[in-house]
Amino acid sequence: MQQQYEKYYVPAQSPWPIVGAVALFLIAVGAGNFVIELTRDQTGYGKHLLIAGIVTLLVMLVGWFKNQIDESMSGMHSAQLGRSYRQGMSWFIFSEVMFFAAFFGALFYARMISVPWLGGASNNEMTNAVLWPGFEAMWPLISTPGGTTTQQMGAAGLPTINTIILLVSSVTLHFAHVGLEQNKRRQLTWMLGATILLGCSFLVLQVEEYIHAYHELGLTLQSGVYGNTFFMLTGFHGMHVTLGTIILIVMFFRVLKGHFTPHNHFAFQAGSWYWHFVDVVWVMLYLFVYVL
Amino acid sequence: MTKATDIVGAADHGHDEHHEHHIPKGITRWLFTTNHKDIGTLYLWFAFIMFLVGGAMAMVIRAELFQPGLQIVDPNFFNQMTTVHGLIMVFGAVMPAFTGLANWLVPMMIGAPDMALPRMNNWSFWILPFAFLILLSSLFMEGGGPAFGWTFYAPLSTTYSSDSTGLFVFSVHIMGISSIMGAINVIVTIFNMRAPGMTWMKMPLFVWTWLITAFLLIAVMPVLAGAVTMVLTDKFFGTSFFDAAGGGDPVMFQHIFWFFGHPEVYIMILPAFGIISQIIPTFSRKKLFGYASMVYATASIALLSFIVWAHHMFTTGMPVFAEMFFMFATMLISVPTGVKVFNWVATMWRGSMSFEVPMLFAIAFIVLFTIGGLSGLMLAITPVDFQYHDTYFVVAHFHYVLVTGAVFSIMAAVYYWLPKWTGRMFDTGLAKWHFWCSLVSVNVLFFPMHFVGLAGMPRRIPDYSLQFADFNKWISIGGFAFGLSQLIFLVVVIKACRKQGEKVSDQVWEGADGLEWEIPSPAPYHTFETPPVVK
Repeated sequence: MQQQYEKYYVPAQSPWPIVGAVALFLIAVGAGNFVIELTRDQTGYGKHLLIAGIVTLLVMLVGWFKNQIDESMSGMHSAQLGRSYRQGMSWFIFSEVMFFAAFFGALFYARMISVPWLGGASNNEMTNAVLWPGFEAMWPLISTPGGTTTQQMGAAGLPTINTIILLVSSVTLHFAHVGLEQNKRRQLTWMLGATILLGCSFLVLQVEEYIHAYHELGLTLQSGVYGNTFFMLTGFHGMHVTLGTIILIVMFFRVLKGHFTPHNHFAFQAGSWYWHFVDVVWVMLYLFVYVL
Repeated sequence: MTKATDIVGAADHGHDEHHEHHIPKGITRWLFTTNHKDIGTLYLWFAFIMFLVGGAMAMVIRAELFQPGLQIVDPNFFNQMTTVHGLIMVFGAVMPAFTGLANWLVPMMIGAPDMALPRMNNWSFWILPFAFLILLSSLFMEGGGPAFGWTFYAPLSTTYSSDSTGLFVFSVHIMGISSIMGAINVIVTIFNMRAPGMTWMKMPLFVWTWLITAFLLIAVMPVLAGAVTMVLTDKFFGTSFFDAAGGGDPVMFQHIFWFFGHPEVYIMILPAFGIISQIIPTFSRKKLFGYASMVYATASIALLSFIVWAHHMFTTGMPVFAEMFFMFATMLISVPTGVKVFNWVATMWRGSMSFEVPMLFAIAFIVLFTIGGLSGLMLAITPVDFQYHDTYFVVAHFHYVLVTGAVFSIMAAVYYWLPKWTGRMFDTGLAKWHFWCSLVSVNVLFFPMHFVGLAGMPRRIPDYSLQFADFNKWISIGGFAFGLSQLIFLVVVIKACRKQGEKVSDQVWEGADGLEWEIPSPAPYHTFETPPVVK
C-alpha cells in the first residue's frame, strides 16, 4: 500500500442543481396543465410554464456544463473522477435501455398475447364471439376490434435507408473517436461532422416518414395498438436521436475550440456511447417494428 | 476477516477541523450543498415530514372506517386518501428515508470523502419536494386528485380518472428522475470510491444491500416511467395500449406496472435488511453469522424479484401455466429470506445481548417482518389467493412488511446512528416509550386486519358489512395510537438535534464495528478526505 492516492474532487456549493429542480418543477406543472388544456380545448398558463421550464433547464445545462468544462480544462479532475463519470454514464444508458424495454414489452405483449386473445386464441373463444364478433387476429393490426382501419408501414424504402444512415453514422463516429485517440484532429473533425450530418438526415427522413404515414397510409397515433407502438417507439427513438445530435454538435464546437486530448475526453466518449446506444435501439426497432 | 475494522493511518482529524470553519451558513447551505451529510439530513427530514403527511391521510381513512356507514368523507375523497397515502408513503417516505441513510452512511462506511457525484446528489434531492408539491396540490383541483389507488390500474387511471392525472403522471416522472439519479450516485460511489483495502467481501452489509437496491432502482424506475407515459397517452392522446377496442389490454398495464412494482417492493426492504444486519451484531457483541450467505441471499432476492411480478394478478386473467410459474417462483423467494432470518437469529444465539433502543426495534423487525413474510407466502399460493385477493388480508400483509418492516428498520437506523450524527445520546427513556407505544399500537392496528380480510372485507372501500364493525373499531383505535406515538419520535429527534443529552464517544455503542464508528462524534463535516487504509 505504498501507492499515493489523489484527492477526490468534491465540488464546492453550486446553484445549478436547485435551478435544475425548479426547471423540472415548471416543466412538470406546465406539461401536466398543457395536456389537460389541449384535450379540453381550454387556454391556460400550461404552455407558458412549460416553455419557462425548458428555458430554465437550458440555462441550467449551459451554466452547469460551463462549470464542468472549466474545471476539466484547469485540470481539477482526477482519473478516479473520470471513472465516476464513465460509470455514471453507463448506468444512465442502462436506465434508458429499460425505458425502451417498457415499450418493447408493450409491443410484444400486444403481438403475442392481447391481439391473439381478442381473436379467440388460448381459452378466449367467448371473448371473441361475444365481445368482438368477426374480429380476426392479425399483425400488424390494421383493423382493430373496435373497427379502426389503417395500413401497414413497410420496411422497404425509407426505413431501410434510415437504417443504413444510422449504421454508417455509428461507423463514422467510431472513426472520429479513433482520430481523437490518435490525435488526428482533421479526421476527428471531418468524421464528427459527417456523423452530425447523417444524424440530421435521419431526422429529416423520419419526419418525411411520419407525413407519409399520416397522409397516405392513415397510420396515426390513434389507429390502435399498431399505430401506438409504432409512433411511441419511433417517436421516443427520434427524440433520443435529436438529443444525441445536439450533444454531438456541442462536441463539434468544442473540438473546433481545441478541447479534448487523446487521454482526456469524457464528454466526447459519453456522447459517442449515447449515439451507439441510440443506434442499437434503432436496429431492434427496424427488426421488430418494420421487418418482422 | 469479513468486516472492515482497523484503520491504518486514520483520517486526518486536524485537516477535518480546519474545514469545520468553512461550513456554509444560512439557507444557501441547504439549497446549494454538495455535502453528503447535508443532503442525507435533507432527505431524512423530507421523508419524516412526508411520513406525517401520509400518516394524516391514514388517520382520515381510519376515521371513516371507525364505524360502518359513510360519515366523514365522501367515497371519492376516500379513494383519493388511499391513493395519495400509498404514493406518499412509498415514494415520499420510505424511499427518501433509505436514500437519506445511504447518503449519510455509505461514504462513511467505505471510507470515501463524499458521494461520487455531489452536485447531481443535490439535484436528486431537490426534485422531490417539488414533485410532492405537485402531487399534493392536485388534490385541490376540480374533480379531485388521483383516486385510482397507488397502483393506478387502467382503466381507472385512463377512462375513469379526473384531469389531475396529467399532473400525477408528470410528478411521477420527476420522482423517477430523482430516484434514478440517486441510485446512479450510490452505485458509482460504491464501485469507485471504496478506500484501499475495502474489498467487496469486507463491505458492511448496509452497503451491499444498497448496492443491489440501486441496481434494482435503475432497472425498474424507467419501466414505471414507461407505464405512466402510456397512461398519459391513453388518457389524453387517444392511444389504446390498455383498451381492448384498439387491440390493447388493461391487463397489460398490470404486467408493466408490476414488472416495476415487484422489484420496487424489494427496493423498500433490502436496505432494511442491511440496517438490521448492522444492528444485530453490535448489540449481540458477535460478528454477523453467515456474512457471505447474507450477500448471496440479497442478490438472489433481487434477481428473483424480476420473475415474480404476476403474483399480484392471479385473479386478473392468465393461463394456468403462468399462474403456476409465478406461484413457484414467488415461493422460492422465501428461501433466501429464510436464510436472512436464520442468520440474524444465529447471530443473537449465545451473544452477549443488550437491549438498547435500536436493538429493540431490530428484534421487533425480525419477529414482525417474518409475520408479514409468512402471510406473503400464503398469498403466493394461487388457489387461496383467489379468496384473499383485494381483501384486508393483503393490506395486513404489506403493512407488516412495510411498517413493521421497512419503517421500523428506518427508526432502528435513526436511533442507531443519531448519536454519531449529533454527537449526543438521545433521550433513551422517551425513545423506549416510542418503541413500546409503537409496538403495541401497530399490532392492534394491523393484526386484526388478517381476520377481517380472511372473512372477506374488501380493501379500498369506505364502507363495510356490519359483522366487521368490532374489529374495525379496534383497528382504528390502534391506528390513532400508532399515529400519536410517532409524535414521541419527533420530540426525541428534535431534542437530539438541539444537542440535548450526554456527549458520546467515537464508538458510541460498546459493540459497534466499522469505519463510521472510528471517526469523531459528531461526524465532522468532511470525512476521509484522504482515504483510510482498511486491513
